[in-house]
Amino acid sequence: MSELEPQAFAPAPATAGAGAPASAKRRRRHYSLLNRRDKLLLATMVGVPLAIFLVIIWGMTFVSVVLSFTNWDGVNPIAFIGVDNYVQLFTTYQFFWPAVFHNVLWLLFFVAFATPMGILLAVLLDRPLRGSGVYQSIFFTPVVLSLAVVGFIWELQYNALDGFINSAMVGMGWMSPNGTIDFLGDPSINIYAVLVAASWRHIGYIMVLYLAGLKSVDPSLREAAAIDGANERQTFMHVVFPVMAPINVVIIVVTVIESLRAFDIAYIINHGKNGLELLSILITNNALSEAGLIGFGSAIAVVLLVISLVPIVIYLTRVMRSEDQ
Amino acid sequence: MDSQVTRREVLKKGLIGAAGLTVLPSVIAACSTSSATTAPTAAAATQAPAATPTPNANILTGKLTLGNNHSDASDLKGVNAINDAFKALTTLAVTTNTVDHNTFQDQINNYLGATPDDVFFWFSGYRMRFFADKGLATAIDDTWAKVSSNFTAGFANAVVGNDKKVYGIPVDYYPWCVFYRKTLFADKKYTIPATWDDLITLCKKMQTDGLTPIAFSDKDGWPAMGTFDILNLRMNGYDFHVGLMTGAQKWTDPKVTAVFQKWATLIPFYTHGYAGLTWQQACDTLVRKTAGLFFLGLFMTGEVATVDATASADIDFFPFPFMGNSFDAEQALDAPIDIAMISAKSPNLAADLVNAKAYMEFWAKGSTQLLMYQANNGFIPTASDADTTKFDVLTQKAVQIVSKAQKITQFLDRDTRPDFAGANAMQSFLLNFLNAPTQDLAKLQASIQAFWDALPVYAGN
Repeated sequence: MSELEPQAFAPAPATAGAGAPASAKRRRRHYSLLNRRDKLLLATMVGVPLAIFLVIIWGMTFVSVVLSFTNWDGVNPIAFIGVDNYVQLFTTYQFFWPAVFHNVLWLLFFVAFATPMGILLAVLLDRPLRGSGVYQSIFFTPVVLSLAVVGFIWELQYNALDGFINSAMVGMGWMSPNGTIDFLGDPSINIYAVLVAASWRHIGYIMVLYLAGLKSVDPSLREAAAIDGANERQTFMHVVFPVMAPINVVIIVVTVIESLRAFDIAYIINHGKNGLELLSILITNNALSEAGLIGFGSAIAVVLLVISLVPIVIYLTRVMRSEDQ
Repeated sequence: MDSQVTRREVLKKGLIGAAGLTVLPSVIAACSTSSATTAPTAAAATQAPAATPTPNANILTGKLTLGNNHSDASDLKGVNAINDAFKALTTLAVTTNTVDHNTFQDQINNYLGATPDDVFFWFSGYRMRFFADKGLATAIDDTWAKVSSNFTAGFANAVVGNDKKVYGIPVDYYPWCVFYRKTLFADKKYTIPATWDDLITLCKKMQTDGLTPIAFSDKDGWPAMGTFDILNLRMNGYDFHVGLMTGAQKWTDPKVTAVFQKWATLIPFYTHGYAGLTWQQACDTLVRKTAGLFFLGLFMTGEVATVDATASADIDFFPFPFMGNSFDAEQALDAPIDIAMISAKSPNLAADLVNAKAYMEFWAKGSTQLLMYQANNGFIPTASDADTTKFDVLTQKAVQIVSKAQKITQFLDRDTRPDFAGANAMQSFLLNFLNAPTQDLAKLQASIQAFWDALPVYAGN
């Protein structure tokens, strides 16, 4: 790069054949710190990731939308069948609405319980506390564990035959061995069991995000609030929380994204059947399974995309508006 | 449809042949020596597998990749032993790509359509024909011509595609039976139930003895299919079963209602919380003698050996009890056949095809299949030249039961189209039934039929 340095502040060389006055004028108007090589370099650095992004994200999205109007099985020639997949999805396909309901439930549970819990832990651990690091590590551990391990750990807790919770209840004499709770197999409760397991990870994730934000809050704000006689709760609600607005938006976005892409624990437990249907799992079971219903799976994926666009658009408009100001 | 009926009818005759193996070895010895490979006799192969690398007519060069779905520890050991024996014979090292059994099944469509291995393990019957029809498998008629004499007609018909070409080598099979512990039955003076009424009486007695009468689990989704199959076979017969699986019969048929109603009387005897248990957990309750009976495939003996090797010798089984109707004579049961196939889209297939076919030929030998059997005795060899004296008591009994069967089916998820058998399909419907056996069955059956009707048209149907 050293060879570039002498040129860096030199005017860009005039293009051949251009008249002197014109080139001088242009040189003044387009005076730049960047020479052509720099521009090329920049264009490459921006262009290549942009191209990859367009191809991998929006290209694939576009392909999914197109495929959703076909009955492609991954092998045979593609045949367009109009909106048949969507009609089937919304009318006769009996796993669709339960999946939508479970995704909404997931979002509500995270918004109402898991995310506030993570924020609460972050606030508590932000105070001068002996062994704060130890607590942080403990709560963050589930986020680091592989999902297969998380699924396995919770199976050991929930099992109706010899799981920890049921065995403990039976051992305490609170339950008969034939009256244990089938946390994983009872379709009326297994989604809640999975939500608890998912929250176990989510809380730690939110806690770390929020804690990082809290550490960056100017301590003088708290001091000022304390001098004004605000108690701890008031300080948080009226001073710290508003200051944390950018982090709060991130937390909301993370919560929504986590809820929409909910997949792993339910899939590990029973491949998303019997009360654990989720949109993401329906996509997998149709498009990526032995069934090979790629067209139909794509239609579900498009529905999930449309749902995902709502929070994305809200987030982007908010960010852009604040940048305009 | 017609071809399927005959296929299965012939299969039963074939397996009768397999049972009477004592007469076969001389015939097999004759044909294996005439083939290109050295084909040591079964006994010689098991005693000294690598003994004869003499004239090197078998030496293979290049590569060969194998997509292996035998992921359980014991099964993988068997595959590795076979690959070692193949290497000793040909000097060719097989590159094995082992994938979890269920994951392999879920991904089979993408796997075969993208860049599969040269050779892979799969299921016979509808499932093989489904992918052969999609052009994802290579026909192996030339290899089959060399080894077909080592298989009875039943097995031979199980590897023929809709285009009448051969697409696989049958490598093992296993029957579905009712398992129990001999000592438990002796202690409690239980007798083996021959009829449905005997079964219900036995279950009630076990219940009063504080046992779970029937170990059952359905978190995996497929074990319930086994029970549906056998009840359907016992109550409605083989032809109705095949019609139902291929769409010729309707799920709204009152015969299906009758199956569900019969099944509902068994559910009170099942393990508590079965919808959240894996088959291994249910199997463990049988091993621990907290449950009395367990209806599953013979491969469950592998799990028994893992949990408590001392219990292995105490496991016995009997065919599912009979209903006392005209279908008793069929003595039908699920006995799925596993096969080895050559993919069509493997990027190296052009270069590896000779090796792949040699490997298929190797799998067609009883001595090879016996290595798999020795690793997990749930895999009963299909080759006629397999040394039956190496079979344990259970296997000999299984061969006997299967040979008595007039009709043999492949298992619900292998006899029907894959997009009908999956998690958000038949597995869900059966769990739905199990969760609420007293529900409006007509409504459930209508939703199953509606699901079938909504599936894309498949030419092979």
